[in-house]
Amino acid sequence: MIKKIIDKVGFGEAFLLSIVIGYVILGIFDFALLKNVLCVLTRLIARIGPVLLIVFVVMFFTHLFFEGQRIVRLLGKESGFRGWIVAISGGIASSGPIYMWYPLLSDLKEKGMKDSLIATFLYNRAVKIPLLPMMVHYFGWNFTLALSIYMILFSVVNGVVVQLLTQRGIEG
Amino acid sequence: MVKMTNLKAQNQAFFKTTQAFKKSLPILMGVLMLLALADALIPKQSYRLIFSGKWFFDPLIGAALGSVSGGNPLTSYIIGGELRHEGISMMAIIAFIVSWVTVGIIQLPAEAIMLGKRFAIVRNAVSFCMSIVIAIVTFLTIGTE
Repeated sequence: MIKKIIDKVGFGEAFLLSIVIGYVILGIFDFALLKNVLCVLTRLIARIGPVLLIVFVVMFFTHLFFEGQRIVRLLGKESGFRGWIVAISGGIASSGPIYMWYPLLSDLKEKGMKDSLIATFLYNRAVKIPLLPMMVHYFGWNFTLALSIYMILFSVVNGVVVQLLTQRGIEG
Repeated sequence: MVKMTNLKAQNQAFFKTTQAFKKSLPILMGVLMLLALADALIPKQSYRLIFSGKWFFDPLIGAALGSVSGGNPLTSYIIGGELRHEGISMMAIIAFIVSWVTVGIIQLPAEAIMLGKRFAIVRNAVSFCMSIVIAIVTFLTIGTE
């Protein structure tokens, strides 16, 4: 039954449908809570809207200027040290929630981006430069500096381990 | 002629991007709806009650809690700050903050669909373990300050 629905409408749509059904059930039992959830959802959508636009623009330019071969050279098996630098700096510079970047990364993966670099990019999204003053406010300079440096260093370890465990070898 | 080619390339790039977005939108929307649900259902005060006070288990609990939470990292700093005032160990707080942004149980289905099931599971599992390692290393570096 579930498989039939997935085959018919697609996995993404079936996933969304199941959550909508969950919302409807919640609404039947506790309408006030549903209203609260919808308020949070509206705020979330309003916040990520601009990020989604940035991702769209980045994807557009990737499609326009970066052919498959160029992506492979930059982020594929032969990318070497430059690939790590691109993944680290890209991860740090990217803004917004992590899942907003999945479409772009999925696209780049199809074009030959290594798993290790995708994992490193995603890990470095934890280093949020605009939020550093807030972290300093709560935990101090030493903590913020130490944690940020370790996050960047361990992002490479993370990438290497993910690459090894996805059984494509360290070179991807 | 060059202009025509440019326009064609731009149209093609726009079409490809729109197609990729159309494919991803239901999944992104689903993740947003799940996040909104988690945000509304889990009171922020409940985080404090979960920690045991044991130095060995608290980082594990911190990492687990951060993994199932989501949203703006700023929220993790605020909760982390409050936990610190409550006397929760720094190791647990670091594990919580790191896993908040690096591990995503709520968005795991979306990650699995778009980047591959194996990749998503491995990446999240490795990031979970690494949040504890980073917590220990950072704690050893800065001490209890």
